[in-house]
Amino acid sequence: MISLTSPVETWAHGWPAGAKLAALCAATMGLFALDSVAGQGAAFAMMLALYAAPGAVFLRNGLARLRMLWPFLAVIFVWHLVTATPAEGAIIALRLVTAVGLANLVTMTTQLSDMIGVVRWLAAPLRRIGIGTRALELGIALVIRFTPMLAQKGAALSRAWRARSARRPGWRIVLPFTLIAIDDAERVADALKARGGV
Amino acid sequence: MERNIALIALFAALIAALGIIPAVMLPFGVPITAQSLGVMLCGTVLGARRGTLAVLLFLLLVFLGLPLLSGGKGGLGVIVGPTGGFVIGFPVAAFVAGFVTERWRGAPLAVTAGVGAAVGGVVLYAFGIAGMAIVLDKTPAQAALLVTAFIPGDAIKAVIAGLVTSALYRARPRAVLSRA
Repeated sequence: MISLTSPVETWAHGWPAGAKLAALCAATMGLFALDSVAGQGAAFAMMLALYAAPGAVFLRNGLARLRMLWPFLAVIFVWHLVTATPAEGAIIALRLVTAVGLANLVTMTTQLSDMIGVVRWLAAPLRRIGIGTRALELGIALVIRFTPMLAQKGAALSRAWRARSARRPGWRIVLPFTLIAIDDAERVADALKARGGV
Repeated sequence: MERNIALIALFAALIAALGIIPAVMLPFGVPITAQSLGVMLCGTVLGARRGTLAVLLFLLLVFLGLPLLSGGKGGLGVIVGPTGGFVIGFPVAAFVAGFVTERWRGAPLAVTAGVGAAVGGVVLYAFGIAGMAIVLDKTPAQAALLVTAFIPGDAIKAVIAGLVTSALYRARPRAVLSRA
């Protein structure tokens, strides 16, 4: 499965993932504490500069991921136009785009394996007090493996439906789809047990 | 143990797969997919505890950077985005849906699971509206106004969750852990 990590190698790809996450937390809290248009504007400009630094491909890719915010920005724009509070509207809109942009930036510059490394590190205290994290690691691997497979089986189900009916497959397809997931789970459980269990 | 892990992981994968199934786009950019139906089914089928674990596992992978949310969204940006409250409310909604289904034995499963999913949906909206109110700096009432368009769709999904859960109980009674 393709993760959201950017294939464009940046300097930030090599930074420790934990440090990036900590910096992101601090930056986001700072953004929500900052109450001036100029401050939010400066933060927004800095965020854009971070996106632009690795080059045009990275910038275009990053901005495309912010496109899902447009409807909300439109609502904010209309709302604050009607209530005649443009300054508050600008702060909210800039803060929204900057916060989401910075978070996406961390996701784009961190490999999935590095992120899983952070989870392992966070779970280390659990191991020390005797709680196994093997189940968690196995669970992560299973979801990564089975999501594309289930999606494929779902697509096959809906093709089978279309071959037999003129109507669109609606909610009725959810039942056989869930049955597939349950039956697969039973087989996976048997396979795990047969290989020595967890 | 193996069975629990496998069921939790497969239901987490099911939430993701249901998000890929074609969605109807509504204005505001929030797509209507079967994804929240998957969250409810985790609760009503696997029960409160395991259902919550399945949703948490799904969310962990979303936050780690996999594009598993409907519309191919994922990564850390979804938490701070306007719909982040809904995402954070997912595990709580699954817990509530599972709790109602487990504890209420006095009516047919289709009814108890349907009501469970509906109550879970109310909780989900409480989280979603709170998140939107914080991010967009609006009062909760104003934020609620922005999501009213989605309530009919989610009411229908609660009914479907009830019907699917009861049909699953007939087909695979052992796998419906909320009744085991």
